[in-house]
Amino acid sequence: MSHLAAWPVFLPLITGFILILAHMGGIRLQRAISFLAVIGLLVLSAALISFTSTDQYQVYLLGNWTAPFGIVLVLDRLSALMVTVTSLLAAGSLWYAMTTDTDKKGAHFHILFQLLLFGLNGAFLTGDVFNLFVFFEVLLLASYGLLLHGNGRLRTKAGLHYVVINLIGSTLFLFAVGALYGVLGTLNIADMAAKIAIAPQEDLGVIAAAGLLLLVVFGVKAAMFPLYLWMPSAYANTSAPVAAMFAIMTKVGIYSIIRIHGTIFGTEAGELAFYYAPWVLGLGLITLFLAALGVMAARGLREQVAYLVLASVATLLVGVGLMSQAALSATLYYLIHSTLIAGAMFLLADIILKGRGSYEDRFESGPAMPNAILIGSIFMVAAIAMTGMPPLSGFFGKVLILSAALDDSWFAIITTVVLVAGLITILSMARTGSLIFYKILPEESVPASDRGEPLNRMAFIAVIGLLLASPILVVFAQPITAFTEATANQAFNSVAYINAVLSTPAVTEVNN
Amino acid sequence: MEWLISLAIGVLTASGVYLTLRARTFPVVMGLTLLAYAVNIFLFAMGRLTVGLPAVIDKTAGAVNIANHSDPLPQALVLTAIVIAFGMTAFLIVLALKARGELGNDHVDGLDVDSDNNVTKEVK
Repeated sequence: MSHLAAWPVFLPLITGFILILAHMGGIRLQRAISFLAVIGLLVLSAALISFTSTDQYQVYLLGNWTAPFGIVLVLDRLSALMVTVTSLLAAGSLWYAMTTDTDKKGAHFHILFQLLLFGLNGAFLTGDVFNLFVFFEVLLLASYGLLLHGNGRLRTKAGLHYVVINLIGSTLFLFAVGALYGVLGTLNIADMAAKIAIAPQEDLGVIAAAGLLLLVVFGVKAAMFPLYLWMPSAYANTSAPVAAMFAIMTKVGIYSIIRIHGTIFGTEAGELAFYYAPWVLGLGLITLFLAALGVMAARGLREQVAYLVLASVATLLVGVGLMSQAALSATLYYLIHSTLIAGAMFLLADIILKGRGSYEDRFESGPAMPNAILIGSIFMVAAIAMTGMPPLSGFFGKVLILSAALDDSWFAIITTVVLVAGLITILSMARTGSLIFYKILPEESVPASDRGEPLNRMAFIAVIGLLLASPILVVFAQPITAFTEATANQAFNSVAYINAVLSTPAVTEVNN
Repeated sequence: MEWLISLAIGVLTASGVYLTLRARTFPVVMGLTLLAYAVNIFLFAMGRLTVGLPAVIDKTAGAVNIANHSDPLPQALVLTAIVIAFGMTAFLIVLALKARGELGNDHVDGLDVDSDNNVTKEVK
């Protein structure tokens, strides 16, 4: 039996253990090991994609207990896609952390980074709800450490809010999981879906309530209205590589809604089929509008980028809430785009911050930064991609989502909110660009101590690398949309998922 | 027994929610701890309440009647949840101490509360 589904989970974990031992070997050894592991994850991701491209599932029985009695890892297209996006983002973010020496500001950056990847990949691959909770805790605990990495008063304050809200989220998660177990008697996602289809009428109310409670939990992770208030300050005040890596953290919430709710309350759930979708759609639209206002009202570039991430997450929620296959395919396309570009934007914001010296990323006129033309052009490209203007991938993602919304009865509201929010973000980004790059103070009026440091070219490679995703998503739009369509098709086909998980036999003999 | 357990869960949750909404970090930590207790009892009760029944099935005892055993899974879940909640609480206490040191007070928003004049202002 192939161990493909288990490797993306265990590689970062093993690397984390090795890094603890490598700690006495100095920062260079840690960097080498950590980066090699991420390269290894990229290679694994390619293997996962090619394995799942034939529409097969790999169900990995941990401890060789058949589902639903043991915990399973399930590898399908959606999991492979999420692991791939995570690895790409991790490569960019880790490169930036190494080239800017961010990882030297605390003792255990690389260990925490690998454990974060362990938690993320585990959450994307597990087929068990309680196991998902455990992986959530793993990735959250690693993210607490990373968020507070380095020091700063505002960082601690934002970190406290982030930790408390996520602990409350974990408690609610347990309540929801407990209630579902009490009624259905199982924790395996596939088995839950099978049990809901035959659940007696009087249990449906409890199941529906537990399902919505789970939605609240994933809403906390995805920063869905009204649970997003922790997010802008947490993202704006942490170090740049961590903020970039956190671009995937909100998507964990989106993934969980697609996976858990899409499977358990999918087409087979009878009365409860897609009963959550109007909530996701409505709250997504509200989040989108408020995020656009946040983008406009932000006082600094990092805060603005955090609100842009919120807007992209809200767009994804709208896509998920449309509950059609075409919409889900568009959502996944936009998810790849928004994760990688948001990561690039956080790194770019940090480069601009360093270039402006004591003016940091506040929206006020400052001195011209070194290499302003290069940074400015890249900023323009990134802003075009992020706000969803042609010709880059943000535009295509939004067009795909809106065209999938054509058949929805809420079409008028969805189009209005998405387009108005788009307009507000475009205006705000145009203002940001002109304020930072055009309205500059004359050189002699700024004391030398207030000027910025020169551009770190090695670190800039990470920004360019992540931004390249946008033209690639456009040029190879055909194969990529073909993949996301097949992924959406597979994700919607919950019967195949249930059968694949529940019919996998235990391994009878060990072949070396 | 059911009413006692449900009452305990209810009281713990209500106290936990109340304390979590307080403005100082220590009551918030206590509130989260109480919430964790509540959820642990809740998880435990989800395996149905039984008295004096073993969770481990003895294969040698002959024919097994499931009604004579309690559900072992919630017990495993509670064990995991306790460990995680314990670790998280420890982390949160350290973080609260760090926030107290860096922000100069134990308000969750790092505000300087002047209790005499009832004025709140942000620490510069």
